Amino acid sequence: MTDMIERPAREPALRLEGIVKTFPGVRALDGVDFEVMPGEVHALLGENGAGKSTLMKVLAGMYQPDGGTIVIAGREVRMATPLEAKRQGIVLIHQELSLVPEMSAAENIYLGELPRKSFGRVDWKTLYARSDAILERLRCSFRGDATVAHLSIANQQMVEIARALTVDARVVVFDEPTASLTDAEKVVLFDIINDLKAQGVGIVYISHRMDEIFTLSDRITVLRDGQYRGTLDTAATNEDEVTRLMIGRSLDLSRDTTPARLGDTVLEVRDLTCAPHFEDVAFSVRAGEVVGFYGLVGAGRTAIAEALFGLRSCESGMIRVAGKEVTIDSPEQAIALGISLVPENRKEQGLVLQMSCRDNMTLPQVQDLTAGPFVSSGAEIAIFDQYRDRLAIKTPSWRQPVGVLSGGNQQKIVIGKWLSMQPRVLIVDEPTRGIDVGSKSEIHGLLRELAAQGYAVIVISSEMPEVLRVSDRIVAMYHGRITREFSADEVTEDALVQAISGIGVELVS
Amino acid sequence: MTPPDTVKESRPVQADAPVEQALPQGLEETLPRATADRIRPLLDNPVLRWLVRNPIWVFVLIVFVFFSLVSDHFFAARNFQNILVQTSTIGLIALGMTLVMVNGNIDLSVGATLALAAAFAVDVQSWAVFATWGNWQILPAVCLALLVGIGLGALNGFIVWKTGVDAFIVTLGAMLGIRGLVFVYTGEQSFYAMNFAYSDFSALSIGPLPALALIFLLCTLAVHLLLSRTVHGRNTYAVGGNREAAVNAGIRVGPHMMINFMIIGFFAALSGVLLSTQMGAATPNLGRDYELWVITAVVLGGTKLTGGKGDIIGTLGGVLAIGMLRNGMNLMNVPAFYVYVVLGSILIAVLFLDKRFNRTADGGLRL
Repeated sequence: MTDMIERPAREPALRLEGIVKTFPGVRALDGVDFEVMPGEVHALLGENGAGKSTLMKVLAGMYQPDGGTIVIAGREVRMATPLEAKRQGIVLIHQELSLVPEMSAAENIYLGELPRKSFGRVDWKTLYARSDAILERLRCSFRGDATVAHLSIANQQMVEIARALTVDARVVVFDEPTASLTDAEKVVLFDIINDLKAQGVGIVYISHRMDEIFTLSDRITVLRDGQYRGTLDTAATNEDEVTRLMIGRSLDLSRDTTPARLGDTVLEVRDLTCAPHFEDVAFSVRAGEVVGFYGLVGAGRTAIAEALFGLRSCESGMIRVAGKEVTIDSPEQAIALGISLVPENRKEQGLVLQMSCRDNMTLPQVQDLTAGPFVSSGAEIAIFDQYRDRLAIKTPSWRQPVGVLSGGNQQKIVIGKWLSMQPRVLIVDEPTRGIDVGSKSEIHGLLRELAAQGYAVIVISSEMPEVLRVSDRIVAMYHGRITREFSADEVTEDALVQAISGIGVELVS
Repeated sequence: MTPPDTVKESRPVQADAPVEQALPQGLEETLPRATADRIRPLLDNPVLRWLVRNPIWVFVLIVFVFFSLVSDHFFAARNFQNILVQTSTIGLIALGMTLVMVNGNIDLSVGATLALAAAFAVDVQSWAVFATWGNWQILPAVCLALLVGIGLGALNGFIVWKTGVDAFIVTLGAMLGIRGLVFVYTGEQSFYAMNFAYSDFSALSIGPLPALALIFLLCTLAVHLLLSRTVHGRNTYAVGGNREAAVNAGIRVGPHMMINFMIIGFFAALSGVLLSTQMGAATPNLGRDYELWVITAVVLGGTKLTGGKGDIIGTLGGVLAIGMLRNGMNLMNVPAFYVYVVLGSILIAVLFLDKRFNRTADGGLRL
């Protein structure tokens, strides 16, 4: 592509040029360029479906590109298998952990390449010595003989990283590495990344979190719809510019300030207890408002949602829906009362991935859409079309299996599923988890809009900006108890942080 | 089926996924690009597109053409009737098995249930209470046999529902236990039908179709409609595809699964009754290994062991493929044991090809 003279003084550790990858009917990558210098952290950004994962799978030898070249340390290479890529010094640290839980950390680290003695026996001594050395380098608190299943998620991730260090890594790809880490663990991870960087390893860092990208990276490359959108120097850019490249427009992050027109109290909860998840919880939600539940993971927010949806039985307390006291023992009853739940893991709990968009959307009410003994396809399509348009769901047809849609569109299918049931109360647990920035703000707008249309909306979220943006009131939880309730006007970030950490707040019961 | 009011909304939708006809991912990767480009337009033809999505029917066609050419006796109306009658036994159970497997379960007890139902059907008609009923004595016997099947299915389903033990284990236990009951009940003896009207039934024909074939085809149609068009069918896919999501949609998963176990119990019993009319007797070893034949047919038809995927059209293809292979090889005097070898190999080969050609875009990791 370039002449020898124009080449930068240093050889990139890795260069991808004009990579093309086509799947039937989809051009997943369309001439993408990307390079990493030794000792550089290069962030790769893009919305879900922009092609990041495909690009990394090409890089790791899992997919064969249809066009373009891969150059490693000045030599053009073809990598037919993940093992070949690893031999070239390219290591991918997966977003989903791919460890064997029953085996020890050491065995996982050297999986496939266990050191051997005669007759193929495993050389345990060498194995543990080597893996302990690597774990030490990563400042891990556990040793190689620990069983992976007993380690925390963060430590499991460390094992995954340790695996990358067994080879002489030239390029290490981190795919959303902080998704399941606590803040303290993140600090350790960033230290490790900086260590690797100092050793001259090229780092590819994929993340949705802008703050991490701006602290860590040297350069940022943006993909959109499988196309290369540009590479920016991190020091010379800002979030706004990056976002614009990513979604092709600027993002409106301001809060919709229209005052809510409040209706009657739709849901009232008194002294609800379900040990050990939550105790003496009391709150109410009125039609036309969004109540945000904010707290740390495990503070009991999801358990409350599950209790309201009949998935969990409570020991004591009272639930009133539209003024009438009710007991809710099953999702069936909850649905009949007009309570619906958009669960936190849409793939595991919300959708049947291989079923069509239409069938997923009408699942809870299909028994009411019958003509004679059969399901009326026309009635179902009418509902699907209505909510596809209302929620701007992008899918070529109702026949599309829901699993192939992007995260944002999947979430809209789940929301549409419940809206089409005309619920009174809509509980949305982590509405934008794993969803890209563009769809995120769209879903936030949608939640506000739903409240304006008179739904009572409960939003559970672990992201403070999200809670602040969508809620009219915010309920803060700590350790299974509600510590404080804020109105949107009075809430401050500091007060909120204190309330969810249990600092200096009197328990409200 | 599209209601008229939605037609005006057919605005272009931005694509999130393929719109144009695409070959299965595996074919796209295996074939040279030029060949793939040439083949792709063929998919505009609905028949060919259907065949690509239902590979078992391609196989059925191949088997059909092959035996028609190499055997003098295969291509004959009389032989087709034979094939349908021979396959009806396994076919009926396969219908129920499709429901249970789409549900994400499995039922290994069908062979034993078949034997117990057959024993009841033949034995009860000779009970002294019904001695004066004439041919009507068959009716309570058959009803009781079918009820036994439904009851055993309900028991399987209830245990799976309430204990949460895997259906494989529950029905494995049931398979052993029920077979034991068969031996207890029959005292290791065969029962013979004393009323000849019973065994005459299997010789009955309605028009060109033997009664047994007709029953099988009608049941096939009924279960096809049940699975593809009714609420129960929709829930069957949902429960098998993602049980948690089904629970969250308000589906009562336990009772739902129990109903499917009752349906397969019914079909196992019906199959047992029909088989005993063919033989005029019920032996304690009746239906041995049938669970394996049935599962083979259903899996050949594209139903996934993991649930959520499969249909009756595929199952019918699988049943016919096995039926024609057995019949055709029999006509060619291939010794019975080779038939097993061939069928076993074909099962693995067909599933390998299916895995190779019908992969989804993201599930394409090479192991």
